[in-house]
Order: sequence, then C-alpha cells, then structure tokens
Amino acid sequence: MPAVQETVDQVRRIDVDQYKYGFVTDIESDRAPKGLSEDIVRYISAKKNEPEWMLEWRLEAYRRWLTMTEPTWARVHYPKIDFDDLYYYSAPKSTKGPKSLDEVDPELLATYEKLGIPLREREILAGVEGASDRRVAVDAVFDSVSVVTTFKEELKKAGVIFCAISEAIREYPDLVRKYLGTVVPTTDNFYATLNSAVFSDGSFVYVPEGVRCPMELSTYFRINERNTGQFERTLIIAEKGAYVSYLEGCTAPMRDENQLHAAVVELVALDDAEIKYSTVQNWYPGDKDGKGGIYNFVTKRGDCRGDRSKISWTQVETGSAITWKYPSCILRGDESQGEFYSIAVSNGYQQVDSGTKMIHLGKNTRSRIISKGIAAGRSDNTYRGLVSAHRKASGARNFTNCDSLLIGDQCGAHTVPYIESKNASAVFEHEATTSKIADDQLFYCLQRGLTSEEAVALIVNGFVKDVIQQLPMEFAVEAQKLISISLEGSVG
Amino acid sequence: MTAVRSVAAGMNGQIKMLSIKNLHASVGDREILRGVNLEVPTGEVHAIMGPNGSGKSTLSYVLAGRDGYDITDGSILFGGEEIVETPAEERAAKGIFLAFQYPLEIPGVATMTFLKAAMNAQRKARGEAELTTPDFMRRVKVAAEKLNVTQEMLRRPLNVGFSGGEKKRNEILQMALLEPKLAILDETDSGLDIDALKTVSDGVNALRAPDRSMLVITHYQRLLDHIVPDVVHVMAAGRIVRSGGPELALELEANGYADYVGAAAA
Repeated sequence: MPAVQETVDQVRRIDVDQYKYGFVTDIESDRAPKGLSEDIVRYISAKKNEPEWMLEWRLEAYRRWLTMTEPTWARVHYPKIDFDDLYYYSAPKSTKGPKSLDEVDPELLATYEKLGIPLREREILAGVEGASDRRVAVDAVFDSVSVVTTFKEELKKAGVIFCAISEAIREYPDLVRKYLGTVVPTTDNFYATLNSAVFSDGSFVYVPEGVRCPMELSTYFRINERNTGQFERTLIIAEKGAYVSYLEGCTAPMRDENQLHAAVVELVALDDAEIKYSTVQNWYPGDKDGKGGIYNFVTKRGDCRGDRSKISWTQVETGSAITWKYPSCILRGDESQGEFYSIAVSNGYQQVDSGTKMIHLGKNTRSRIISKGIAAGRSDNTYRGLVSAHRKASGARNFTNCDSLLIGDQCGAHTVPYIESKNASAVFEHEATTSKIADDQLFYCLQRGLTSEEAVALIVNGFVKDVIQQLPMEFAVEAQKLISISLEGSVG
Repeated sequence: MTAVRSVAAGMNGQIKMLSIKNLHASVGDREILRGVNLEVPTGEVHAIMGPNGSGKSTLSYVLAGRDGYDITDGSILFGGEEIVETPAEERAAKGIFLAFQYPLEIPGVATMTFLKAAMNAQRKARGEAELTTPDFMRRVKVAAEKLNVTQEMLRRPLNVGFSGGEKKRNEILQMALLEPKLAILDETDSGLDIDALKTVSDGVNALRAPDRSMLVITHYQRLLDHIVPDVVHVMAAGRIVRSGGPELALELEANGYADYVGAAAA
C-alpha cells in the first residue's frame, strides 16, 4: 500500500537512523503478522491476558466490523486504506530508535527547543533508545520520581483509579464490564468497531462518589511507561458528585510509524458529576508535499448520564494529515450540560473534518460550542456539527459559535452545521464567521515593528483566545506556542 | 553614496531627517506618485495638503514600506540612509511611525498586549533588551494619562468597538510609546469631533521635539490650527506643487484646490 509505505519511509527519514548509520530497523519478533482475522483478535487478547468475556466482546466487534464499510461523508480525501496491510499488534519497546539526540532530525529538535521541552523529555519523545529506561536513574537525580510517586499515592488516598485499561480489565472487571461500550457501542461506526476488536491500550479512570480528583490527570505521566499505539481506548467514569480533569496528548511531535490511528474515548458522568477532557494533538502532518502523515479517525463521546452532570471537551488539533473527529455529548440527565471548545489548525496539505454532536435528551439541558478553525497553506478545514433536541428535551438550549480564519488564498474553510429540534421549547443559536488575515491588518502590525510571523501569531492567538482560556494553565501556554509554530511560514 | 549624502545634508551640514527625491510609485499600471521631491529637516513639522486622489495617503504608505507599490524611480533617504528596499518592520524599528487614517482592529488581542509586543519587537530589532513588565506598565500609565486613555480601554481588544476618537487617541498613544524619529500622521483629524481633535492635537504637540520630525497629512486646514506646521506643502496629481509657511493652509482653505488640480493635470 503506497500511502502506508510513505509514512514509514517518511518517519525513517526523520529519524535518519538506518540509512545514515547503516542500521536496518529490526523486524520485531513480538509482532502479530499483517492483516486482521479472528486469530489476530485472539492473539491480541491472549497477549494481554484478558478474561474470556473480553475476548468475546472483541470477537463480536470484529464480526460486526466485517459487515461494515468505511464512511465517506467527511470532507477528506485519501487513498483507500488496505486494512489487510496493517499490523494490529506489536510490542512497543522493541523498535530501534536513534542512539542519541545527535542522530535525530535537527528540525524536530528545533521544534522541541521552541516548545521549551526539557532535554530528557526530548529524548523520550524522539524515541532515543533507552531514554525511557534511563528515566529512573535520571529521575533520582532530579527528584521527579518522587513526583510521580507522590502523585500516585495521592490518587490512591482519594480513591481514584487511574491505570492502563488493560490493567483495569484484569483488576476491575466489574467496572469495565459495566461501562465499556455503553457510550460508544461496538456497533457505533466503522472505526469505533475496528477499535473495539483490536484496541491496544489506553487509560482507565474511575472517580468515586463525591470525590474531586486532587490533580489534573494526564497521559503525559505515562508517556514513557507504554506506547499506547494506534488503537487507543479510554474510559473515564465520574460517579455522583465527582470531578475530574483529564489531559490527553502532548504538544511535541512524537515519533510514530503507525499511519492509521483510530481511538475511542468514552466518558460517563453520573448525577452532579463533571468531566473536563482536554486534548492537544500534534501528530506528524506529512511532508511539505502532503505525503505521509497520520490519519486520525477518532470517536470520542461523553454521556451525561446523571442529572445536573457536565462534560466539557477542549481540543487543540494541529497535527495529523487527516483529522476526523467529533467529540460529542449525550445530554441524557435533566439539566445536564455539554461543552465543546475547539481549535483546529491546518497548514500544508492537512485535512481537518472536525466538530461535535450535542444530543439533548433530558429536560433543561444546555450546550455550548465554540469552534475556531484556522486554515493556512493548501489545507482544508471543515467544522461539522450536530445539535439535536429530542421530543422530551423541553427547555433545551444551545449556543454555537463557529469562526474560521483563513491565511493565504489556497486554503479552504467550511462550516456544516446540522440542527434538529423536535421540541418546540428548545432554543438553539448559531453564529458563524469566516475571516481572513487581511493585508492591511498585517501591514498595521509590521508598521509597529512586528515581523510577519510575530504578526500572524498575535492575530491568531487573539482569534483562539476564547478556547485557550478553557485549557488548564500549563497546557494553555504550550498550546499557544504550538499554534504559532504550526503556522510558521504560512505568510510571506 | 557620498554624493547622495551631500545632497541630503542641508546647508548647515546636518543630515535631513527625510529627503525624498523624484519618487515615482505605481500600483499596477497606474502611476500615483509622479516625481515627489520633499525635504523634512530634523525637528520640523511639515504638513501635506491636497485634494482627494492627489497621492497623499500613497506617499504615507510608501514611506512606511507597505507592499503592493512599485517604486519605479527616485529615492527615500531617512537620516541619510536609503530605505526604498527596507522592509516595513525594519523601517519601524529605525524610527518611522505611521498613525493610520483607519486604525486596524485585532480581535482578542488586548491593546496592552499589542503595545508590549510592538515595543519589544522594535527593541529586539535594534538589539536592545526587552522591557521589564514594571517598566512597561509605568511607561504606558504615564503616556495613557496624558491622552485620556483609560485602563479599561487598554484591556479591551485593540481598536475593537473603539469610537473614532478612541482609535485616534490610541494611535497617538502608540506614537508616544514607540518614540519615533519621524511620525507620519495620515488624516488624523478625520472622524474626530472638536473635543477629540483637541485631545489628539495636544497629544501630538506634546511629542514635538528637536530630534523628531513630523509629516502631517490632511485634507482640511482645521487640524493645522491645532498642530501648527513649520512648512505647508501642496500635493496634486502625485507631486508637491507648492510649498510655503502656515499661511498657505489658510489660503487653501479660502480658495480650495481647484487651481492646483487644473494646473497639475495640464
């Protein structure tokens, strides 16, 4: 499959490892053969020592998947994916990486530098061999092992469960069985069903009744423990009155040879619970001609199952060649609230089709959508959103604001809102604007002494401010830098 | 280069702040500046008056280095240095400031943030250290008070929802903070009521200094009652067609531009 090959080649070129130093990347021994079959699903399940029920669950999804076809309604174009040409399981640590940062692409390092990422973390991100193993020793010096330890102890004290989902399947099977697949059913859509059959790993979070999770939970803490791979599965449950804020992703571009990513994230909020889920995604977008790059087909959904519950999605999407992603909220409980704050930046040949769904089922449910799309280069950036009110959703309210900013004249911004109301008392508002960074706006900034890149960064940061404010503080600063970096060279 | 310098230097041997020689500029096929000659000595305030379409605003954009104009002939010496090829942001850092006729809005960017970004960008370009936050705040406070710019205005997004008067005061505030060597005021009086005109003019007058020159571009004489120029130039059909003292402005006010429009076209 040419497209898959392109990614592999591209990533190898970035790593410069084998051709410059004459190494050949070892074919890992601990890897399932290419393609997908019941045997592969069994293999994955067995590798993870999963109980029988989990295997059955996966197989059922796999059989369902065989009957499904890829969705084509999104405004994205890419060569057809050959699902028999993919590896669905590989042991993560055995891949050979560069020996040290000296062997990593200087451009990638320059990006890390600009993002202000500490040296040690740069090694881990760039996949330098042994960087994660060395961590323990290095940590002892910098005393950050104790940070992680303290972090884990504090969670335990609060009764919060935060672990890998494979661990949860073994340790907390009742919880997993009760909730897994209840928000995104195995039959939901082509990619979600595929994920259900072959998911590699992901996070599991359980916050007990009345507990306010004492810290922001971040996959970042687990970054070097495990490469979660291409089919990530996350399940977060907030019991009555619980609160949790979860951060996913990383601002730094990560070494990744998997072209297809199809994650599933499920959130469940019971009465009076609140879940805040923030994502920063910066996967490899492809080269300057648009070759290679990650396809990101994600299903993220939150279920406001309890009355007065609240789920809030915040995302900053700058990476991937193709993004197909609609973090949604099912507002089932009365007076429940859903929020979606999004910044989607596309440059080069990137294609973004992203948005949200707010499904109002309960009474007096409220939702709010703030979407900021920024298109530069030859990219296409689409907002696609659904706001619907069920017959019983009296008093449902939605406010949607969808702004697009164009940089240059070869990119596209599209807004596709769907609004369906079956209840006469629902009030839905939709605002949308499309603007361009105007020449006179740029000239004004230049005349005051800003360079064109500083000017674009300033204007764009102003444009996305409403969303940046929703991010946890430590993420907000990084996200701002990341957006500027993603748009470098888009003017002039 | 030596020859050019000697031309730019005046009789007393001082280098002129601004010396424009035979400047021709076009947009597409249309020539707008058709041989502008203009000298502004250091410390002087010169006014340029002229009918609509005479090239006044184009001259201000060309001096500030805006893209989209072809300079087909002539030179612009700033402090004795040729700047025709210099990018806009470098000209700004060298000390050229343009107060816009229509200041631009930047949604989501607080005025304060913009001021700091501009000041530090210029300092960086000149190889100076960035301002510390307390130093910056102190400078803004002093300058803002003089111009009746409130703290609330400084927190609002740049020029968004500002009244005409607020926008112009904000321009002069930027001028005060950036301390340019040459300030070009493009139709600063447009859209101002008489009180706002007074505030803005007082602000400009307070910035007159022996080491700073100003080029005041205006259609009407009334601004020049408040900002009294040393020299008045009349521009028509892309050239400076007459120069004189402040009394020239009064004459124009009385007789209009009709004579110049006819003469220049001939």
